[in-house]
Amino acid sequence: MSDTAIKPRIEKVPFKDQFFQKLPVLLVPFLAVAGLAAIGNPASWLTLTVAGLAMGMMIFIMASGLTVVFGLMDVINFGHGAFVAVGAFVGFTVLAWLAGWTASPSVMLNLAAVLIAILAAMLVTGLLGYAFERVIVMPVYGEHLKQILVTMGGLIVAQQMIYVVWGPDELHISRPEAFQGSLVIGEAAIEKYRLVAVVIGLALFIGMRHILKKTKVGLLVRAGVENGEMVEALGYRIRRLFLIVFMTGSALAGLGGVMWGLYQETITAHMGSEIMVLVFIVVIIGGLGSVEGCFIGALLVGLLANYTAFLAPKVALISTIALMVVILMWRPQGLYPVVKAK
Amino acid sequence: MLTRLLSGDTPRSGLLTVLLLIVLISLAFAPFLFPGTKSLETAARICIFIVLVASYDLLLGYSGIVSFAHTMFFGIGAYGTALALNAAGPSYWSLIWGTAAGAVIAAAFALAIGLFSLRVKAIFFAMVTLAVASAFAVLVSQMSWLTGGEDGLNYKIPRELTPAFKLVKEKVFGVRINGKLLAYYLVFFASAILFLVMLRIVNSPFGRTLKAVRDNAFRAEAIGYRVVWYRTTATVLSAIMAALAGSLLAIWLRYTGPATTLSMEIMIDILLMVVIGGMGTLYGAVLGATLFILAQTYLQNLMGVAADATSAVPFVSTLVAPERWLLWLGVLFILSVYFFPSGIVGRLRSGRA
Repeated sequence: MSDTAIKPRIEKVPFKDQFFQKLPVLLVPFLAVAGLAAIGNPASWLTLTVAGLAMGMMIFIMASGLTVVFGLMDVINFGHGAFVAVGAFVGFTVLAWLAGWTASPSVMLNLAAVLIAILAAMLVTGLLGYAFERVIVMPVYGEHLKQILVTMGGLIVAQQMIYVVWGPDELHISRPEAFQGSLVIGEAAIEKYRLVAVVIGLALFIGMRHILKKTKVGLLVRAGVENGEMVEALGYRIRRLFLIVFMTGSALAGLGGVMWGLYQETITAHMGSEIMVLVFIVVIIGGLGSVEGCFIGALLVGLLANYTAFLAPKVALISTIALMVVILMWRPQGLYPVVKAK
Repeated sequence: MLTRLLSGDTPRSGLLTVLLLIVLISLAFAPFLFPGTKSLETAARICIFIVLVASYDLLLGYSGIVSFAHTMFFGIGAYGTALALNAAGPSYWSLIWGTAAGAVIAAAFALAIGLFSLRVKAIFFAMVTLAVASAFAVLVSQMSWLTGGEDGLNYKIPRELTPAFKLVKEKVFGVRINGKLLAYYLVFFASAILFLVMLRIVNSPFGRTLKAVRDNAFRAEAIGYRVVWYRTTATVLSAIMAALAGSLLAIWLRYTGPATTLSMEIMIDILLMVVIGGMGTLYGAVLGATLFILAQTYLQNLMGVAADATSAVPFVSTLVAPERWLLWLGVLFILSVYFFPSGIVGRLRSGRA
């Protein structure tokens, strides 16, 4: 072998292809502008846009775990909604314990209470994710039919356990003082809590991207999505990696559950399966396995749901289905398909 | 003759045959064997759900497709009949064309969803159907001017099928021969015929190809079968059967609402019935539906007794409370997917060998 290093030749992707590849990014501003045109009044448009972004961010938090889990291990977890509900219930219980903190006008105490609630919820749902993966998902790797059935069974059992532990009634809790009320910008009133949700969602998205693109774990996850067997052959235990991802995804669902619960201020044991519909739509729109696609899909769904709820309340949920159909006609595998259809 | 009627697909197990005969005889003579309104309601529900669950098994067990839109088709059938009876009055004509329209619309929906999403993965289809079905349920409860919204529709059915109509003045074996009884036998025979038709379908060359597609889609495609076509046809057939079952329910209950036809709970019930009874065999649907509905109706009383007995133990008594029966069925469901995926029927058949 000669020592002459062969310089890798990296072909430049032509601008046109790059543009088409990145085109879905433009969908969100496009939808926002279309919304402005349809609504007319800038003040209500701003309110709705912030609401839509907040909703999108919360859905993204819940959906991101699901899509990465699917990408990595080809496992779709129909019981994901259970983590959302359990997270919300745990978070609400903690907030109820800390009622003194949430009622006080001090912003720091409020934030601390919410943080503790979120951490507790994430801890519980993360551990629950561990149990779920070991007991329910592990025996049926690679068998889609059984996976769907078994995770659905897990959802039923988890929902019933919520009834057993927390009783059959729905829980109410009001947001901490600091998150109540709205900011008024011009004529538009923007709820503070929505801004908080947008900030948390954005931070999470940036953090996830950073982990996936810049760290070794992220590299392994991406490699695992691309070709799991090869990663295993190189000596990494992909099962353990997958377990970590699954637990993280469950913890994120718990976080999403707390945030969604605080947004609605009312939670039921069924909230998980209700939100799962939106989460599935987002995951399908984004392309199974893609975090970026999931993010864009979540924002699109959030914005569209809020615009249509304002313009034509009756068709709000149908509009998201219509969005899904349109996107799938354009890109049958979703916006950014990561996992090749098998 | 009997084998021909069963399309050559005999139970193939002594105990299974006995169980099936018990179910058949109990249902056929339900009004005389178990007098009382509640037991007749239960018997009719079992008949309808046998058809519904068998039609779902056509998808899940025979084609390996997981759909969460089965209640949507069930609901379309029920609403088709209900709307026709509601709009055109209680005549047989409106009953028939309502039923037919429901079946046709269900078939069209199934075709659209199938062509749209069966090309890709099984998981994809499951997710799309879940989304579409829940959107449909919301749409139905929103369009209250047409569907009565959450309250549903109450309507009249032809007089001969109502309790007010007396066929014979005297009681026969202590049972009034009235329109309700006729309605029950309409449900019973319609269910029996639909079940036999489905048995015919799954034992035809078409049914065998479906199984081939289920077991190895790639190979089936390579041999020359159009996999998408077979899957879509199975979806459409199963949707039509579900719609007809929905029509039977609409006739029997004289009421159609989202909670009785479209809710996610019913979808989960169907799933449980198919898996516990046995996937990939229509007899599983018979046993699954019968056991499940009996459990739904009578097990809760038993659990109530258990809850009273353990009321001193705080956590255990909530676990066995009658409202929590779904918890135990969920556990049973998971266990049966793991340990006996062929369900009760599979167990019985393999026990014979």
